[in-house]
Formats: sequence, C-alpha cells, structure tokens
Amino acid sequence: MKSTESTLVHSEASAKVMHETKASAAGKKKGLSRKAKDNLAGYLFISPWIIGFIGLTLGPLLFSLAASFTDYNITSKMNFVGFENFKRMFTMDDLFRTSLYNTLYYVVFSVPLTTAGAILLGVLLNQKVKGMKVFRTIYYLPAVLSGVAVYFLWMQLLSPSTGLVNTMLGWFGIDGPAWLFDPEWTKPALLLMKMWSVGGGMLLYLASLQGVSPQMYEAADIEGASAWQKFFHITLPMISPIIFFDVITSTIGSFQIFQEAYVMTENGSGGPGNSLLFYNLHMWNNAFEVFNMGYASAMAWLLFIIVMILTVVNMKLGKRWVHYEGGDGK
Amino acid sequence: MSAVTEPKFYETKKFKENVKHTFVTLLLIAGSTLILIPLWWMISTSLKSPAEIAQYPPTLFPKEFNFSNYIEAWQTAPFTRWALNTLLIASLGTIGSVLVNSLVAYGFAKIRFEGRNTLFVIVLSTMLIPGFVTMVPQYILFSKLGWVNTYLPLIVPAFLGSAFFIFLLRQFMMGIPNELIEAAILDGAGHLQIWWHIMLPLTKPALVTVAIFSFNGAWNDLLGPLLYINDESMYTLQIGLQTFKGTVQTQWHYLMAMSVTVLLPVVLLFFFFQRYFIEGSNIASGTKG
Repeated sequence: MKSTESTLVHSEASAKVMHETKASAAGKKKGLSRKAKDNLAGYLFISPWIIGFIGLTLGPLLFSLAASFTDYNITSKMNFVGFENFKRMFTMDDLFRTSLYNTLYYVVFSVPLTTAGAILLGVLLNQKVKGMKVFRTIYYLPAVLSGVAVYFLWMQLLSPSTGLVNTMLGWFGIDGPAWLFDPEWTKPALLLMKMWSVGGGMLLYLASLQGVSPQMYEAADIEGASAWQKFFHITLPMISPIIFFDVITSTIGSFQIFQEAYVMTENGSGGPGNSLLFYNLHMWNNAFEVFNMGYASAMAWLLFIIVMILTVVNMKLGKRWVHYEGGDGK
Repeated sequence: MSAVTEPKFYETKKFKENVKHTFVTLLLIAGSTLILIPLWWMISTSLKSPAEIAQYPPTLFPKEFNFSNYIEAWQTAPFTRWALNTLLIASLGTIGSVLVNSLVAYGFAKIRFEGRNTLFVIVLSTMLIPGFVTMVPQYILFSKLGWVNTYLPLIVPAFLGSAFFIFLLRQFMMGIPNELIEAAILDGAGHLQIWWHIMLPLTKPALVTVAIFSFNGAWNDLLGPLLYINDESMYTLQIGLQTFKGTVQTQWHYLMAMSVTVLLPVVLLFFFFQRYFIEGSNIASGTKG
C-alpha cells in the first residue's frame, strides 16, 4: 500500500482517488466495489482526452456553429444575422466559388491518383527482389519530408526555365509548362508534388498485402489464373479494408489542402488567377486577414458538412465493395 | 506427347521468374531515381554559386562546392534562435504526447468502465473532423486566454491527447494479456503503477513510434506557429524559413541550403528509427494487434 501511495502522489487527481478510496474503506471496510473503482480509474485515465475533446473539439464546434449565424469579428459583440453568411457565400462571394472549385478539383484528382499509386507501389515493393529493404526506405523517404522546405524545393524544381522538371522534359523534346506561373498548370503542379510522396500511403498497403495468405495464390495458380485475375480477384478484395480506410482519410486530408498553397503563392494570395485559392486559404484570409470570424465560421461548418456527407457516402458505398475476412465487420 | 518434350528455356518457371524479377527491379530503380533526383537537386543547388544556378541548361553537379552558402544563409537570419525554439516546442510536445496518450490508451484498453465503448467511438470519430473546422474557434479561445504570442497553444494541446495516437497505442496494448494486469491487481498494485511499471516498458516500440511521429509533426508544423506566434524572436524554423524567403528573395542557393538544414534532423530521425515508422503504420492498419 505504501508504494501505491508514493506513485499516486504524483497526480493530485489520483491522490484524491486514494483519499476517497481510503475514506470509503473506513466506512465499508472493503472499500469501493471493484466496479466503482474501475469506473473512477477509467475516467481519470482518459480525463486528459475528455478535457481536450470538450475544450478543443466539441466546445469550438458548437461555438463556431453559433458564430456562423453572426457577424462576429473578435472585437465586436456578436450580432445575429441569420443565414446571411451562407447566403453571401453562394450569391456575393465569387472567390468562395473559385475556392470550392479549386478544392474539389484537387480532391477529385488527388484521391484516386494517390490511392492507385500507393497500391501499385505496395504491390511492387511486396515482390521478392534483392535489395528490397533499400527500395522501401527510398520510396517512403519523401513521406517524412514535409513542411516549408519541401515546398521551396518544388518551387525550384518547377521553375519554368531553370527547374529540373522542365529540363528533364526537355530531354524528351517536351516543352514544359510554366507550372506555378500558369493558372492552367498550378494544380497539376501540386498533384505532381503530392505524387512524389505517395510512398507514405504505400506502407499501409504493404502491411496488408503481407497479410494475404500465400495459399490463396497457390490455389489460384493451380486453377490457372492469370496475374491480372489474381490481382483483381484475390489481392484487391483482400486489401479492400485498407483501400476503404485510405480513401476516407485521404478525402478528408485533401479537403484540407492549405500549406502548399500558402507557401507556394505569395503569402496566401492564391496564385495566378486565384488558381491556388483553396477553400481553407479563403477561410484563413477571411478569419485572420480581415477578422471576419462569423463568415469564416460559416465556411468552416459548410466544410464540415461537406466532409461528413462524403464520409457517410464513402461508408455506405464501402459496404458494397469492402471485403471483411471472417465477416465480423471489425 | 507434350509430357515428353522438354519445355523450351523461355517456358520454364525459373526463366519466367527471372524475367519478372529483372523487370520489377528495373521498375523499382527507375522509381527510386525519380524520388531521389529532387533531393539530390536540392543539395546540389544549395552548393552552387548564384551564377551557376542562373545558367541554362542547368548543371546536375555543382562545378564547385560552396559550403559557405550554408554559413552565410544561417547568419542572414536568427536561425540558431529559431532552431532552439523549435527544439523546445517539439520536445515538450513529444513528452506530453507520449505520456498522456499512453495514459488515455491504457484507460481504454485495460480498465473496464461504463461508457467506455461509446467514448472510444467518439475518439475514433474525432479523427474524421477536419482540423480546419475547429481552427477559428480555437484561435478565439486561445486569444481570450491571452495565449497568443506564447508557446502554450503549440504545446498544451499535445498534453490533451490525440485520437490517432490513442488509437494506435490502444491497439498495441490490447495485445498485452489481461492476466498480467489481473495478477498485479491481486498483488495490490493500482492502475497508475501498472501503467508505469508494466505497460510502459511493454509498449516501448509503440511509444517510440508515437514519440517520432509527434516530434516530426511538431518540427514540420507551419500552421500553429503561423497563427499564434508574432515576434520574430519566437519563430520556429518553419515560419522562420517562410519569412526567410522574403528576405533573400529568389537566392535559391540560400533557400536550398536552409531547406536541407531544416530537413536534415527529420531525415536522420527516419534513418535511425526506420522500423518504428513502419511499425506505426502496421499497428494503425490493424494488421498487428
């Protein structure tokens, strides 16, 4: 009991538990029932998350829901304006529509491209070839590199005249575009950069591919199945839970594209012809450049609703194509 | 008839395997080249003279290695201070993240309390909320608390748990037999003791994974410092590097030199702790645990 006390003293909250336990022990001799103790201990253990959830997620969500119906700008009082903010998005704010279009463009291309790319890499890196460990390291490396430095690197690589990308295209006689300076090519430029780090998603698939039992392939070999048939009828269904997980998370992730656009355009200006003005960049500018918090909150909630709807749709569709081994759905 | 004739050499299984291996290897080498060339380009540019960078066509190898680019760039802005700031934030955040997330994960994995499953579903569903949705109200909260232009908004959230890490550690802890905990309870140990003396040592690989991911995340974080830090002396490397771009304009040798420098710790961390990165992904995908 003595050592229990000394450990528990570290945390005031836990010390209180001890106190209560002791107090009731005096009363009932055997102390709290095991069940009551576990309840108390359980909630104390997860209390940091509860505080974080209420303070940093639930509270802010509810606050911004309320703020989205006001003209709040941090210093002023909140004036209720009804659906004015939402109306403004769709009727008056042209940049809002541009930002929504840019974001959807990015999501529609980046999710299938990165998913397919990661699966392909996973399959390639699951072959039994010499030096595979080195290959896996190389392919994963770009995924750990992120932040401003990587964006600078790509700005240099994509430089129209002296950049490496156009130089390499030139070797094949292709006259490369102006990338980040041409509104038509800014988003493909970001997709190219995204594809460079596709190895990050590969790891998930690799782990899952290694879990597919070799007997299934052997059985298919005996039946005379071709490599394509094996891929489509064994490999894809077996890794479909990971594809499902990947599609959902990367859809949510792609909707949040911000940093690339912020760094690679002049302090979030949105690039040539606003072609890199993504949803979050527009929201950021409204919130922190002109302190239009009410409007930004409304934008945040609309984003939340869009993402939630897409997630639900993904989950519903997932039931049709995701194959769960054992069928317990977990 | 067909059973008697020897298959031609190109029809043998071995030959087919060899062709496949060669093909895969070539493909992998081509891909690796595409991945490594940009990194080589970054290093190469960081060593070139401005005149050589402006040259057309560009050179793949620098004619001369100007290591002085690194020193000059470092001295152009308060990079030493920014590096120390970043190190402080990332270290504190990592400590908080490891301790708190494992504590919470232990609660979800090994203590039976009412409402546990419901709450865990809530933990998982918070992973589906885009961070940008809560960004504005969080900023308002922190500014009302007077935390703007302090490191608190960058560090305190790390001490309040992260859904992904809780999930990852819980998955790992589920694999540790309950008998071990029951036995310790019979011996009179409390959950806090069990967590500290039994669970932490046993989950070390997963904790290292969380530590690396947290450190990496804090090191690369641009959004947080951009929102909350105003004083130049309090900048982190990410936001420092971003303003550095404005200072040196398009002096790519300096920009690339500092980009290499900022990425170097992350690359070293990755090479030293590679298996933990892979482990982390495996646990998260549910193939282990």
